[in-house]
Amino acid sequence: MALLEVDNVHAYYGKIQALKDISITVEKGEIVTLIGGNGAGKSTTLKTISGLLRPKEGRILLEGKDITELPAHQIVTTGVVQVPEGRRIFGQLTVTENLDMGGFTCRNKKLIKENIDRVFGLFPRLKERSRQVAGTLSGGEQQMLAMGRAMMTDPKILLLDEPSMGLAPVLVDLIFETIQKLNDAGTTILLVEQNARMALGIANRGYVLQTGVILLADSSENLNKNEMVRKAYMGES
Amino acid sequence: MTHARSIWNNGVKTGIIGGVAVLIISLVGMVVSFNRRDIIFEFIAMGHTLLLMTGILIGYTAAKKTTATTTMVKCFNAVVASLVTFSFLALLVIIGNAVNLRAILVNASPMLYKALTLGHHDSAAGIFIILGIGLLCGICAAVLYSVPTAVRRITITALCSVVIAGVLQDLLRPVLLAWGPMSVISDFLFAGNGLTAAGALTVILVIAGIMTVWNFKGDDVKENYQHFSGGTQRGIKIGAFVLLACVLLILPQIVGLFLSEVLTIVGLYVLLGLGLNIVVGYAGLLDLGYVAFFAIGSYVTAILTSPELGFFALNFWQALPFAVLVGICFGVLLGIPVLKMRGDYLAIATLGFGEIIRILVLSDALRPWLGGAQGINKIGKPSLMGYEFSQPQEIYYFILAGCLLVVFISMRLKDSRLGRAWMAMREDEDVAQAMGINLVATKLLAFASGAGFSALSGAIFSAKIGSVYPHSFSVFISINIICLIIVGGMGSIPGVIVGAAALVGLPELLREFADYRMFVYGAALVAMMLLRPEGLWPDVRHKMELHKDESVAEEPQVSTAT
Ligand SMILES: Nc1ncnc2c1ncn2[C@@H]1O[C@H](COP(=O)(O)OP(=O)(O)OP(=O)(O)O)[C@@H](O)[C@H]1O
Ligand SMILES: [Mg+2]
Repeated sequence: MALLEVDNVHAYYGKIQALKDISITVEKGEIVTLIGGNGAGKSTTLKTISGLLRPKEGRILLEGKDITELPAHQIVTTGVVQVPEGRRIFGQLTVTENLDMGGFTCRNKKLIKENIDRVFGLFPRLKERSRQVAGTLSGGEQQMLAMGRAMMTDPKILLLDEPSMGLAPVLVDLIFETIQKLNDAGTTILLVEQNARMALGIANRGYVLQTGVILLADSSENLNKNEMVRKAYMGES
Repeated sequence: MTHARSIWNNGVKTGIIGGVAVLIISLVGMVVSFNRRDIIFEFIAMGHTLLLMTGILIGYTAAKKTTATTTMVKCFNAVVASLVTFSFLALLVIIGNAVNLRAILVNASPMLYKALTLGHHDSAAGIFIILGIGLLCGICAAVLYSVPTAVRRITITALCSVVIAGVLQDLLRPVLLAWGPMSVISDFLFAGNGLTAAGALTVILVIAGIMTVWNFKGDDVKENYQHFSGGTQRGIKIGAFVLLACVLLILPQIVGLFLSEVLTIVGLYVLLGLGLNIVVGYAGLLDLGYVAFFAIGSYVTAILTSPELGFFALNFWQALPFAVLVGICFGVLLGIPVLKMRGDYLAIATLGFGEIIRILVLSDALRPWLGGAQGINKIGKPSLMGYEFSQPQEIYYFILAGCLLVVFISMRLKDSRLGRAWMAMREDEDVAQAMGINLVATKLLAFASGAGFSALSGAIFSAKIGSVYPHSFSVFISINIICLIIVGGMGSIPGVIVGAAALVGLPELLREFADYRMFVYGAALVAMMLLRPEGLWPDVRHKMELHKDESVAEEPQVSTAT
């Protein structure tokens, strides 16, 4: 049984259809990437999974259990956590306080402490800056904090929305290394990216999304070799 | 050439701004009406003080803002700015003498010209007097600018203390007179409708002395305090707290009836402010219909206790829980339809709700139950062990107890799980949801607790006044409360108290201000937003938010390499 299964989902913003019959499966331990251009519906897909947007048709299953109807805050407790687009950290809280917020659903103080230590283990940079006000972190550090905050609940699957957006190339490398590390530590990852080359570099499988429809679904190697993907998303002519 | 430009850019332009300011101050009638009170008896009146302060401030700003580097040019800028400012007044007098402006500008009266020219309004000397005063202001500003910071701070504080003592004489005098031996001090400090010259000098010397000592020894004191053990520090804090509690307890006894009444009004606004602070400051929901819950609390208390309607005849204490409960229910009821709204949309929707409640209680259809425009009278007074709270001084204790309770609850809420959820929601609703926060519940709880506090103050208000009328619940109450929260500092509990004292207490004390209340309000708000957007006593976090750029430099890069 797949860890996460998006099953023939249709989603709308008002009358405008943003997702048409989307089906995605993510197996336990995988990194799966969702690539596509601007406005393809990548963020919408993640929003639908995490309950911020209700699908009109279709189901979302986590370990075989239907979570389509659950409210967003309960979906978090089932182990699906989203890191929204654009480094949205709590700018005026310190790094540690941000992580604390990430552990909001957990009422066990000791467990929160353990989780903070675990996150600091994954992100040593954050540990060095644990008492710094988050708004003053660099862009890359803020992205790490956003990911670290999501890791506080020890999720089964992490939904990452364009973690490399707006970062310098060195930092992009660093972020992708970190994603790999999170995955090695046992977290399943669904990664939305515009940087198709990097994303396919670490993912096991990928889906190509265009105007709300899945065009291709294949292993990363095959997508990497695919003429159309190379042209459209890797800037080759 | 560059000097000329610097003077034009700063001196003259700043002066023009100042000129417009003093013109407005004069033409709305503030100068004349403020002049009825002296700051220093038979020496300088309040209206004149206001003009002088504006002139000096403008001069100082011009000196500070200019790009010129030499002190000479800066000082010259100050003088030019002040002169330009006052030349507007001179112009006003010249024009006013030639043509009658009163038809358009009601306050452009001979009385104003007389006040501006110190009595020489019908001769050329008057114009020179005005310009001379401008020059004097400019020189003062230049001197203030040139002296070392410490000297400047001491001088300004000392002079401002005199102004404050003069402005607040009605507050200070009864306090001093209340206690026999102190009346000597009162006689020494005050005479007629102002301070005595000797009194003013004493105030200046004492304040300057204290400031000077603090200037040299303050750091030592702070350092010593840092070196005290945790226990001692806590002891000092508890001591200060006990002292504050004692002052609060004996306050109505020393300040007399009128001031006790003012204190109870401030107290009511503190209660209201703390409630709205939860909704606006903690949860970030801009609620402009807050007065509705105040009205609901008042009316529920009235309906349940007043024999006039004859439905119920509960006593105040029996009615109180119902009032709060009904308030909370309405808070939730209002919350449900506006769950999805944010920011300005929410403000408009809640504004509508506030008006609906006011119109409902005013309506004739509901008159048999709510009293209509006549309101409801004979509301039960609270009593404790056979002792009835009815005098302002007694009501004061009652409100004080309410405030303490609400302060305590507010403090606990802020640090609670719910408080953190509010904070997260205020910052980013989507992220809050991604953290597993139930937005619906969190929002409704914010509305409910705010409404509960508001209804509580409403109940106390109705018991204090003894009657309720629809017109007590206008939208201006909501605006007032929002203002005091903003001025005090969003999300800050001491901020609410300071804000209520400044925006509600001061106008009550300064009867001269009564006519200009809204004007001063507006000016104070604009000034606050420009100079201190975080409020008078800000919450640490909100402050960080507004001064993010500065905090980058200030924040020590704490490393936990250990
Ligand atoms: N809140 C909204 N209301 C209405 N339409 C929306 C909303 N959010 C997104 N859309 C539309 O849905 C479509 C898909 O948007 P989505 O944000 O999922 O794109 P994306 O693939 O994440 O693009 P990008 O890479 O630019 O982030 C777009 O056409 C967008 O305009
Ligand atoms: Mg997107």
